[in-house]
Amino acid sequence: MQDSLEQDDWTIEIYPKSKLLDLNLKEVWKYRDLLALFVRRDFVAIYKQTIFGPLWFFIQPVLTTIMFMVVFGGIAKMSTDGMPQAVFYLSGIVLWNYFSTSLSNTSNTFVTNKGVFGKVYFPRLITPISVIVSKLLTFFVQFLLFIGVYLYYLLFTDTNLEPSFLILLTPLLILITAGLALGLGLIITSLTTKYRDFIFLLGFIIQLGMYATPIIYPVNTISNEKIKMVIMANPMSSIIETFRYAFLGVGNFSWGALMYSTIVMLTLLVVGVITFNKVEKSFMDTV
Amino acid sequence: MKPAIKIENLSKQYRLGTVGTGSFAHDVNRWWHTVRGKEDPYLKIGESNDRSTKGNSEYVWALQDINFEVQPGEVLGIIGKNGAGKSTLLKLLSRVTAPTTGSIKARGRIASLLEVGTGFHPELTGRENVFLNGAIMGMTKKEISSKFDEIVDFAGCERYIDTPVKRYSSGMYVRLAFAVAAHLEPEILIVDEVLAVGDAEFQKKAIGKMKSVSSEGGRTVLFVSHNMASVKNLCTKGVLMENGTVKLTGDIDTVVESYIKGNAANTENTEYVAKDLELTDFQTLRIKKAYSTSLGVKNSNVFAGDAFDINVEYISNELDRNCRLFIGVYNQSDQKLLHLGNVYGGIDTFKSKNEGKIVCSIPKCNLKDGAYTINLSFHVDGFPADRVKNAFTLNVENGDFYGTGKLPDGRENVFYIEQNWQIS
Repeated sequence: MQDSLEQDDWTIEIYPKSKLLDLNLKEVWKYRDLLALFVRRDFVAIYKQTIFGPLWFFIQPVLTTIMFMVVFGGIAKMSTDGMPQAVFYLSGIVLWNYFSTSLSNTSNTFVTNKGVFGKVYFPRLITPISVIVSKLLTFFVQFLLFIGVYLYYLLFTDTNLEPSFLILLTPLLILITAGLALGLGLIITSLTTKYRDFIFLLGFIIQLGMYATPIIYPVNTISNEKIKMVIMANPMSSIIETFRYAFLGVGNFSWGALMYSTIVMLTLLVVGVITFNKVEKSFMDTV
Repeated sequence: MKPAIKIENLSKQYRLGTVGTGSFAHDVNRWWHTVRGKEDPYLKIGESNDRSTKGNSEYVWALQDINFEVQPGEVLGIIGKNGAGKSTLLKLLSRVTAPTTGSIKARGRIASLLEVGTGFHPELTGRENVFLNGAIMGMTKKEISSKFDEIVDFAGCERYIDTPVKRYSSGMYVRLAFAVAAHLEPEILIVDEVLAVGDAEFQKKAIGKMKSVSSEGGRTVLFVSHNMASVKNLCTKGVLMENGTVKLTGDIDTVVESYIKGNAANTENTEYVAKDLELTDFQTLRIKKAYSTSLGVKNSNVFAGDAFDINVEYISNELDRNCRLFIGVYNQSDQKLLHLGNVYGGIDTFKSKNEGKIVCSIPKCNLKDGAYTINLSFHVDGFPADRVKNAFTLNVENGDFYGTGKLPDGRENVFYIEQNWQIS
């Protein structure tokens, strides 16, 4: 009928449910200016009206490192594989911080943005992606701090730091971390729109996750094989270990472990985007 | 011509009550049905959305089987009582939430003027917010840049543009936000007057923008309002909604007329008696009863030219507070015709008692025949303590206002007024 003639030139079509893989990434691309502005907003607005401003990006990891040096290095006397404590802890903290802040912020996407989401349409995926990107900027600032401390120990002190060519893997490590945080965050935020129970779970995941990741200890010191298996089952573990291996020259590095993290990341990302896509259309009714 | 918007079999179901273990059980059941390839068991049991009757289902249909088309360049008025589904329809159109069944198809960008200031971040400057807000509404950076000067000019806040918006006065904030929305230039514009916030001036601006958009740009406008005068003034076509369904579509005059007639049939409303009359900690005074009397008896029918009284009884738990009562008289197009108050009638304030009665006497009713709605607003110490909308309906019938036995034709006037003539 007439319908078949008109079918093609509708610019907006609204249906009850989307197909499973109707991800509409093209539309996300169309809104890339919004993404840039969200990133800018998140990055700029955080430290407005503070005296130290962006210095806080440094202060936070520095204080955590000092705390770790006192508690785990000084009091508990845990091994750092013969590495300077500052470099050892900071290398773990910087990456873990990126993961945990991205995860906790993307997990709240629907709940924190319901005001905006409830009034106007734009591809919802923009918001969690903008979180990942703005946290990436924070990460770069903190990474610079790490590089500074690292170079100081490498050049001016007598240590056995051994940088390797694997440093070139750093962008990949960051990418996997970002993917893991985004994928997991999307799944959690989709689950929390209706049942807030998962928010409580998230606090545990992040808190316990830090201990299940070799940040304050090297995997080498674990003698129990079963515990080692559990630790390495955490996809963040191989990332931290690879990162340390590349910069410090200690730790467990294997391509297999890295491959495992990549596969977990891709799976979480796909599942996350699909669940998010399913929930975003009608979450306003239940949030 | 190809329609700008086409809505087919559109329905939206909501679940009542709170989210908890009960809803989780339903979710599991629904999931189990879909896994086995069966239909959603809860889609069937919904009831139409009539708030006043107590239904026995947890699910209601806020919209049910909506079908209509809007042609490009048309200004469509969507009217109906509160809860008829107007706002739900707009939510679906602006893609805030998805329909339960059916589809909406549209040509061009849909934007709505109810999102003024969405996404404004208080810490960012005016300039940054213009870009952010514009991008949220779907403009690209380039589009915003090209209109930036125009937007700032329209808002009239050039001097403040690099100051964080949290330092703005509320008026400036709204003006800037509105300026962005006004420069969107979407193909389809949604204006919800019911939800529109802001002062009268702002609303006027919004309406003005709407007029220019439809007349100059040939764009499609959907207009939701309770004000029949402005709907008639602005719209060409109308959709009348009732309990989540479309009752009538067509020419705006017929639709408005049908809406008013539907309301007028409901004039058993001759007296207001407060339900569950109780004073809470937050409310010091309640209106207990309101009714009109003429010739000394309770009577909601008044003849033009006759005297009548509006009686209001109240209870209060505080004594000797300064009170004022205001009475609004509205016609069936929801236009306010009169604003009465003791302060205008010679008594500045009166002291509250535990129980009291106020009588406002009108010596000569000068309204033409028709039904008029009375709204009450009781102020204590300058603040509204109790309000009653649509307290009762006053039916005015043709009477001998001029004492000449002659009255002008009903269509010619709204009021009667004393007139003296001299011929020489």
